[in-house]
Amino acid sequence: MIGFYTLFHKEWLRFWKVKVQTVLAPVLTALLFLLVFGHTLRGTLEPYPGIAYAAFLVPGLAMMSVLQNAFANASSSLTQSKMTGNIVFVLLPPLSHREFFFAYLLAAMARGLVCGAGVLLVTVWFVELRCEHPLWVLAFALLGSGIMGVLGIIAGMHSEKVDELAAFQNFIILPLTFLSGVFYSIHSLPPFAQVLTHLNPFFYMIDGFRYGFFGVGDVSPWLSATIVAACLAALSWLTLWLIKAGYKLRH
Amino acid sequence: MRRLVPAIQVERVVKRYGELQALAGVSLEIAQGEFFGLLGPNGAGKTTLISILAGLAIASSGSARIMGHDVVAAYRQARRALGVVPQELVFDPFFTVREALTIQSGYFGLRNNRAWIDELLHHLDLTEKADTNMRQLSGGMKRRVLIGQALAHKPPVIVLDEPTAGVDVELRQSLWQFIRRLNRDGHTIVLTTHYLEEAEALCGRIAMLKQGEIVANDSTQNLLQRFSGCYVNLKLAPHRLPEALQPMLAQQDESGFRLALRSYDEMGHVMAALRSAGAKVQEMEVMQPDLEEVFVKIMRSEGVTASRAEHP
Repeated sequence: MIGFYTLFHKEWLRFWKVKVQTVLAPVLTALLFLLVFGHTLRGTLEPYPGIAYAAFLVPGLAMMSVLQNAFANASSSLTQSKMTGNIVFVLLPPLSHREFFFAYLLAAMARGLVCGAGVLLVTVWFVELRCEHPLWVLAFALLGSGIMGVLGIIAGMHSEKVDELAAFQNFIILPLTFLSGVFYSIHSLPPFAQVLTHLNPFFYMIDGFRYGFFGVGDVSPWLSATIVAACLAALSWLTLWLIKAGYKLRH
Repeated sequence: MRRLVPAIQVERVVKRYGELQALAGVSLEIAQGEFFGLLGPNGAGKTTLISILAGLAIASSGSARIMGHDVVAAYRQARRALGVVPQELVFDPFFTVREALTIQSGYFGLRNNRAWIDELLHHLDLTEKADTNMRQLSGGMKRRVLIGQALAHKPPVIVLDEPTAGVDVELRQSLWQFIRRLNRDGHTIVLTTHYLEEAEALCGRIAMLKQGEIVANDSTQNLLQRFSGCYVNLKLAPHRLPEALQPMLAQQDESGFRLALRSYDEMGHVMAALRSAGAKVQEMEVMQPDLEEVFVKIMRSEGVTASRAEHP
């Protein structure tokens, strides 16, 4: 357990020591999104009855921050360690594949949650936000950061170079996040796009998270939670297997 | 008396990377307390063998054990017993020297390891740099931290993969002093190095790897004695080597001839041949082979095995 805790702690320190870049910067980005979109679209959109667009936007932005930062933490840590060679420091000790997995995962989730909390903390000064079901908020924040932490571990193990990781981030993670309903309710989309959105697991994370705030969503939170939890379980199983096999870590 | 478990036991280890065979059935046993040298040219398979011992690579076939623990089946015990100083100068730029050492010992399940870490810092001459970020250290200091990290969990077996590459002479001396002390304290040391004089001075036993095979494995003394002959440098007048001595010729240039002798006994034959040819000896020098020559000979000979290495 000490080994696991040390690795988790090291991963925590790794982002916390440079929090201006890893926490404050994403919070500022989210705030800019809110100010620009919230202002330009004020009064023109009302995704749900009685909910202002800016208020609608905040949970989406917070969740986007959770997801992107959880992914970035695990993936950049692993890829950088592989590139610089200091990955040997965690490969030489007697850490099991489970310890390795959970340490990276929990640290990734921690960074995601810290960033998400930061976004909420900053935006409440600008937007009036209610929170109907805090437990759903927490559940989806945990599930979402978990999925992205796991994806980050996979991407980090797979990537040998920064541009490979950037491709993963720019061509998979970013489109799936942007097209998941962060900025809009999917009911405003044409039917075909609505069907496509339902195939995007990120949609369920954001919709469920938003349900926690407003008590309304595009689909039932139970359905979202089931889909997201199933994805998390399947991805975790795959990742544990990859780590055990030493995929791109041990020759 | 009960025989101690070998510190390292490698049995018929084969490692293939696609078409390339990096290790072709290596077997090796290193006893506890030995100071063992693993030599070989670049690409001979030294680092691959170390990687397999450390669990950084997985053998295609065969097995390896550290202090009796299989490196795959009992990897936790095996890794706890092993400290590896990697060849590359790697470091984590987020941490200070003390943090790096504390984290490393934490990975091995050790908490409150401050006393030992202080001792390591002292012996590695890093006490003043304890709170300096790794990025700000010189290459030699980073190398010392790597050694500290390998020792953070006090492993009984320590593998140093070319630890003195690019390290200045003074530091090299102090490092060896420290590592010799560890060996005296009972740690088994396995060393790969390009500096053969280091291996000759430090290692009690040496194995040489060539193209993934062990081509020599013996005590340093035996290796040197196995090539027990000597060299004779001759300056002759006239500058012509008698016909009878041609088979012994090892090297020739304008200043003279170098003859390779199987033993000192052949000196009589050399002198007689010179006398009968009427050659006058202007200068004569007898030289002992060193490990470098042994190494070069073994590496040059085709299909040499540990049991039938030849005389010069």
